[in-house]
Amino acid sequence: MRTIFYIMQKEFIQVFRNRMMLPIIFLMPLMQLLILSYAVTFEIKNIRLHITDNDNSVASRALLEHFRSSEFYHIFGESADASFGMEQLKKGDIHQQLVILPGFEKQIVTGSTAGVQVITDAINGSAAALMNAYTLSVIESYNREVLSRSPGPPPKQVQVSRRYWFNPALDYKTYMIPGILVLLVTLIGMFLAGMNVVREKEIGTIEQINVTPIRKVQFIAGKLLPFWIIALAELAFGLALAVLLFNIPIVGNIFLIFLVASVYLVVVMGLGLFISTITNTQQQSMFLSWFFLVIFILMSGLFTPVESMPRWALQLNTINPIAYFIRIMRMIMLKGSGFQDIVQPLIYLSVYGITMLSLAVWRYRKTS
Amino acid sequence: MNEAEEKNGKVIEAVELVKRFGNFVANDRLTFSVQRGEIFGFLGANGAGKTTAMRILCGLSKPTSGKIRVAGYDVYTQSEKIKQRIGYMSQRFSLYEDLTVWENFRFFGGIYRMKSALIRERADRMLGRLGILELRDTVIASLPPGIRQKLAFSIAILHEPEIVFLDEPTGGVDPVTRRQFWEMIYEAAASGITVFVTTHYMDEAEYCNRISIMVDGKIEALDTPEQLKKTYNAGSMNDVFLKLARRNEEQKKE
Repeated sequence: MRTIFYIMQKEFIQVFRNRMMLPIIFLMPLMQLLILSYAVTFEIKNIRLHITDNDNSVASRALLEHFRSSEFYHIFGESADASFGMEQLKKGDIHQQLVILPGFEKQIVTGSTAGVQVITDAINGSAAALMNAYTLSVIESYNREVLSRSPGPPPKQVQVSRRYWFNPALDYKTYMIPGILVLLVTLIGMFLAGMNVVREKEIGTIEQINVTPIRKVQFIAGKLLPFWIIALAELAFGLALAVLLFNIPIVGNIFLIFLVASVYLVVVMGLGLFISTITNTQQQSMFLSWFFLVIFILMSGLFTPVESMPRWALQLNTINPIAYFIRIMRMIMLKGSGFQDIVQPLIYLSVYGITMLSLAVWRYRKTS
Repeated sequence: MNEAEEKNGKVIEAVELVKRFGNFVANDRLTFSVQRGEIFGFLGANGAGKTTAMRILCGLSKPTSGKIRVAGYDVYTQSEKIKQRIGYMSQRFSLYEDLTVWENFRFFGGIYRMKSALIRERADRMLGRLGILELRDTVIASLPPGIRQKLAFSIAILHEPEIVFLDEPTGGVDPVTRRQFWEMIYEAAASGITVFVTTHYMDEAEYCNRISIMVDGKIEALDTPEQLKKTYNAGSMNDVFLKLARRNEEQKKE
C-alpha cells in the first residue's frame, strides 16, 4: 500500500509540475462542450431552397409565403425555369428545389388534388430525410389552411397528439452533452495513464523501477489511481459546466453518475494500460489507442442511434464500453433512472474492468 | 546473504551464461564469479555484450541458458528476491528530470519500502558528503551531468544493497568528475557493497580489483589488472585490450 502511495505522489507532482497539463485538463472540457454542443447538431437550419413557381397564382404565392416565413428555409433563388434550379442543385449551391406546376390553383379550387414537386440533394441520406420532413410539415400546414377555408364540414382525420418524454423541447444539447462528458472522461482515462507508462519506457526510467522489488499489481495500481482521480475531478468539472452554462438538467442521482464513472474508468484505463504494456513508443501506443477509440466512439450511439445498426454491429457493441456509459449516462441524467435500472450494465462494466486490469497486470513485464 | 552464498563468498556466480537474440549470440557461454566486497570490472568495446550480461544479472532480461545465481538466488525463479538486494544505475539517465533531488530520493526509497525517516536521514547524509545539501530542492533537469551521475549512484545504493550494478556510469563526464565518481565507488566498496561495473574506459579498469574483458560476446580474459598486464606483456590496460582485440580479429580471418 505504501509503495502505491509513493508512485501516486510522484505522478501527481509530475502532472501538476507540467505547465501544459493543467490548462489542458481544465480547458479541454470547456472547449469540447462549447464546440461539440453548439456545432454538432442534428437540426438542419438554413436549408437553401430554389423556387420555381410556374402557376404564379394567389394560391401558389400563399404556399411560398409559408416557406418564406419558416426559420428553416433560406430562399436561394427563384426562377420561372426549373432547369436553373437543377443547375444550382448539381453545383451544390442549394439543398432543395420546389417546383409548383401550372394549374396548381385551379386544382385546389376545383377540389381535385394539387401537386408540387420537391427535389432534394440526398448525398447525405439522413439530412435529406430531415429536409423532406420539414418540407412536408410546411406543406401540411398550408393544407390545413386550405381545408379550413373550404366550405362544408371539415373532412374526418386522425389527429396524432405528440408528447416527447425526457427531452420535451427536443433540445439536441440535452441529448449531446451527457455523451460529450463521456468522451471527455474517456480521453483522459485512455491516454493519461497509458501514455505515462510508455513515456517512462521511452525515457528509460521504467528500467529503474523494474529493477526494484515492486510488485506488478502495485505498479499498475500506482499508475491507475492518480489519473482515475483526475478523470473523476474532470467529470465533476464537466458536469458543473453542463448545469451552470448549458442548463442541462440532471434528473437522476449525481452520486450514481460518479459510481458508474468510477467503474467505467477502470475499463478504459485498463485498456489504455494494457496497450502501454504491448507497445514501446508513444507513437505506437497513440495509434493503437485511437484505433479502438474511433471504432468505439462512432459505434457508441453518440452521433447515430444505436437502434438502427445492423445485428452484427449491435453484437460488436457488447464490448464497447463507451456505448454502455453513454446509454447509462443519458438514462441517469435525462430520465432519472435509479440504481436498479442500471445495475445490469454496471455489473457488466465491473467484470469488464477487472478483466482489462488483470490483462494489463499480466502483460506488464519486469523482465523482458 | 543465504547459505549457498555464505559457503564460498561468491555473490555472483555465472556458469555458461548464454543470451541469444534470434541468431545473434550476445553472450557466449560466460563463466565468472564475483566475490563479496569486490570491485569487479566488465570491460569491452561497445556492443561486446556487457550491458546484456548485466541486465540478466539484474533480472531485467531472461538468459537463454546457463546457471546464474546473484546474492545467492537463482535468476530464473527468484529474480524478485534478487531485486531487493541489488542496486542498479543504468546507462541511460535514470532519475526523473522533472522531480527535485529530494523527490527522487523519496520515490526510490519508498519503492524499496524504506521508512521515511530513514530515507530522509540517508539522503541528507549522502547530499552532505557530496557537499550539495543546498541542491536538495532543485529539479534534476537544471543540474549538470556530473552531479546527476553522482546522484544516480547515491540513489542506486540508497537502500544499502549487497551488490550495485553500474552500467557505464562515467559516460560523457569530465575527468575530474570521473575521478570523484570512482572515489564514491571505493567508499561504497569499503562499506561492504560489492560493485559490478561496466566501462569502456581502459584507465578505469586499473581501479578495479578484478576485470573481465569481453570481445564479441565472449570473455577473453579475466584477472587482476596487474596479472593481465603481466600475462599479455603490456604496459597498460589499454595495450592489453588492443592485443586481445587484435588476436580476435586474426582468429576471425583464419
